[in-house]
Amino acid sequence: MNAVTQQEIAAAVPVPGRRIGEVILDVQNITLRFGGVKALTDISFDVREHEVRAIIGPNGAGKSSMLNCINGVYQPQEGSITFRGQTFRHMNSRQVAEMGVARTFQNLALFKGMSVLDNIMSGRNLKMKSGILAQALRWGPAEREELAHREFVEHIIDFLEIQAHRKTPVGRLPYGLQKRVDLGRALAMEPQVLLLDEPMAGMNVEEKQDMSRFVLDVNDEFGTTIVLIEHDMGVVMDISDRVVVLDYGKKIGDGTPEEVRRNEEVISAYLGTSH
Amino acid sequence: MPPTFPRLLLAHAAQRPHAAAVREKDLGIWQTWSWQAVAQEVREIACGLASLGFKAFDNLAIVGANRPHLYFAVAAAQSLRGVPVPLYQDAVAGEMVFMLDDAGIEFVIAEDQEQVDKLLECRETRPALRHIIYDDPRGLRHYDQPGLLSYAALRELGRAHDAAHPAFFTASVAAGQADDIGVILYTSGTTGRPKGVCQTHASFIAAGRGGVETDRLGPGDDIMSYLPMAWVGDHLFSVAQWLVGGFTLNCPESAETVMNDMREIGPSYYFGPPRTFEGLLTAVSIRMEDAAAPKRWLYAKFMALAQRVGADILNGRPVGALDRALYALGNALVYGPLRNVLGMSRIRVAYTAGAAIGPDLFRFYRSIGVNLKQFYGQTETCAYVCLQRDGDVSLASVGTAAPGMELRIADNGEVLVRGVSVLQGYYKRPDATAEVLDADGFFHTGDAGVIDSHGHLRIIDRAKDVGRLNGPQGSCQGAMFAPNYIENKLKFFPQIKEAVCFGHQRDEVCAFINIDFEAVGNWAERRGLPYGGYVDLAGKGEVLALVADCIAKVNADLAAEPGMADTQIARFLVLHKELDPDDDELTRTRKVRRGFVAEKYALLVEALFAGKAEQFIETQVKFEDGRSGTVSATLKIVEAKRFAPVKAAA
Repeated sequence: MNAVTQQEIAAAVPVPGRRIGEVILDVQNITLRFGGVKALTDISFDVREHEVRAIIGPNGAGKSSMLNCINGVYQPQEGSITFRGQTFRHMNSRQVAEMGVARTFQNLALFKGMSVLDNIMSGRNLKMKSGILAQALRWGPAEREELAHREFVEHIIDFLEIQAHRKTPVGRLPYGLQKRVDLGRALAMEPQVLLLDEPMAGMNVEEKQDMSRFVLDVNDEFGTTIVLIEHDMGVVMDISDRVVVLDYGKKIGDGTPEEVRRNEEVISAYLGTSH
Repeated sequence: MPPTFPRLLLAHAAQRPHAAAVREKDLGIWQTWSWQAVAQEVREIACGLASLGFKAFDNLAIVGANRPHLYFAVAAAQSLRGVPVPLYQDAVAGEMVFMLDDAGIEFVIAEDQEQVDKLLECRETRPALRHIIYDDPRGLRHYDQPGLLSYAALRELGRAHDAAHPAFFTASVAAGQADDIGVILYTSGTTGRPKGVCQTHASFIAAGRGGVETDRLGPGDDIMSYLPMAWVGDHLFSVAQWLVGGFTLNCPESAETVMNDMREIGPSYYFGPPRTFEGLLTAVSIRMEDAAAPKRWLYAKFMALAQRVGADILNGRPVGALDRALYALGNALVYGPLRNVLGMSRIRVAYTAGAAIGPDLFRFYRSIGVNLKQFYGQTETCAYVCLQRDGDVSLASVGTAAPGMELRIADNGEVLVRGVSVLQGYYKRPDATAEVLDADGFFHTGDAGVIDSHGHLRIIDRAKDVGRLNGPQGSCQGAMFAPNYIENKLKFFPQIKEAVCFGHQRDEVCAFINIDFEAVGNWAERRGLPYGGYVDLAGKGEVLALVADCIAKVNADLAAEPGMADTQIARFLVLHKELDPDDDELTRTRKVRRGFVAEKYALLVEALFAGKAEQFIETQVKFEDGRSGTVSATLKIVEAKRFAPVKAAA
């Protein structure tokens, strides 16, 4: 690699660093009801810049619902969400994406027939300035823009070590790799906050280790704040800075992994029953 | 001044400064270094190392995949009269610490975080490891251990040092002697601890020159560098021949992309161990089975033709006009596209070595027009003893003595070698050196072989592996048993990844089989056969039947060969786990550690020879991160179909 490309890449990568900073996302008194069912009751917690924040809890505890509220998929009946000082009653998906929040899905939502490269390129959609016609014709500025985006995407492909599958249709990849592509697409948005919904579900030990490594590397290299839902307690305790514990839609614990591990209520509600 | 590797590099930079010396695919695009750029970068690295205190005769460990920067580090160490010591990048910390200790390493250049983590672990028990330089900074941003330095920072130091002492680099290159040790390569150690093989610049240059002249390699040729740098073959092809011949080195994007990258580069010169050629053929076979019926028919027809006449055409022997015309048609329809898929369209010379290659596999490549040849050598001889010359290629032999080499067969059948490429000695192991080098300067290879009337060397097996079956009642000397010979026949089947045969001092031959997970998995999926992972698949009745078919074919083959009929496989079992270097069952170059496997699975071996129907076994396995667990299974033992010996036709 010559020096020029290296500089360009350095410029393309968001400012690095991992010094846990101010509160970036503050969730206050969220209550979410589906008809008579209370999915979330009066949940409050905050996420600080550059930290890895885990949400754990047994099945049906409301973890994914919580993420969906932050993400603007669900609109909670009560409470507010403050992101970088701006307070919202509820979020709207596009607005959330434009503010720099990206997510991955528990049940992959990739374009199965498209290549890995195209899937990740689709994550750049919001960053593209040129119109659909110019893009289709690859005309002038549109071509230059595509090249710049492609370079960024190549950097992600390199980062996630999926060079061998660049041109492979996603549907043909094993599950663990599809998860990685899903993460790649979220990274393509250059998010400030990354919401990961069970990034390691259904993986074997080795795949989980790889994925944990990637999550930590993303956090470390790009300084991305990470909110993740995870079932595997080992993984959660190893990689997160702080943990929120939900049970039946209520918050029953919040703190560092050690604090949560010592919390009696958490042990009986979660660890005690599931292990 | 007699040449050393740094002087060869500087000569290329002076003669052809702008020609491509090295390419690497990075972020999806091939990046090129000219000879001038390589020379400049090597100069900076050398000066950087010197400014950290690296001196002449110090050893520099190099650990990582085939990255250009690591090849530059080899040349940089040599420029300072130091000695590069490439280490296998997949070695675990425990293995690595032995070599770091043995070679007295204080400086390491490592590829990435994975290697740095291992080295830091090594440093806990071996604090002498002062400087760890890493190429890829990813994930290392917050490491604050003393002595950690990035490759970029090292170059920076080098530039400063060079500016302050402009004559330093030239002087240290000029000080180098041809009989200085140019590299220490650790033998993979089929038996015992690894030993460091010391080779001088002169011997590797002679070995490189012999190969380059035999195959007329030079600027304009392209080679793919994808095999471990610590392997003697890579050092011969990607360092010695590269600097002697001045062709272009191409480094793949990652280990998984080699096949794609090969297709893009289209190397003209290629080498791989038989396993790699096997892997490529397996991939092709799998895809052919998935192809549409007309394509399968076309493939079968033309492959049959190629088997019949392809090798003769390549060898320049007379072939009928009709067959020639058909072969040309096949070349347009099948062989050409197939070579293209394999990335072998431009191949002029391809080599294989490292283990005996199955004759069928060898014939396959030659029949589709790939000039695949064999050579023979080991770490102790710079992988340079015998070469097959164009037009004089045979399946059974490994060719005649290479220029500057002399062969002799000892009374016990062992191959002895003397000449330009023989090692100076094992590092700090005069006792081990004395065991392999005799008073006349012959190196004892440990291989059993014969030299035929045309001077071609034929390797039968490892001298110590060749055994004998027990004879029929009373007689103590039964048929000769060459396990590798039988295993290679088995491994030609795409479904079989690895095989281990037992028979020495037994009444009959029994075998362990490892299925190829990819090939058999694909086969099972197409038949709608559900399975839950490797252990389950390996135990399926249908899979056992599939393997039994393969073994029956091998037995039929053996029955037809004189003296081999008695070594037909009587019983076999399919192992529940893949043999793995991490569990010490294979060497890092993926050769079976026969004795170790026999000992570890003694329970299974005894069950095989006792003719039991099944056997329960629990096995320890090590994961890549060094943790361990157990795998257990009940393995079925299957009787193989055997054939009556075929009498030679009257």
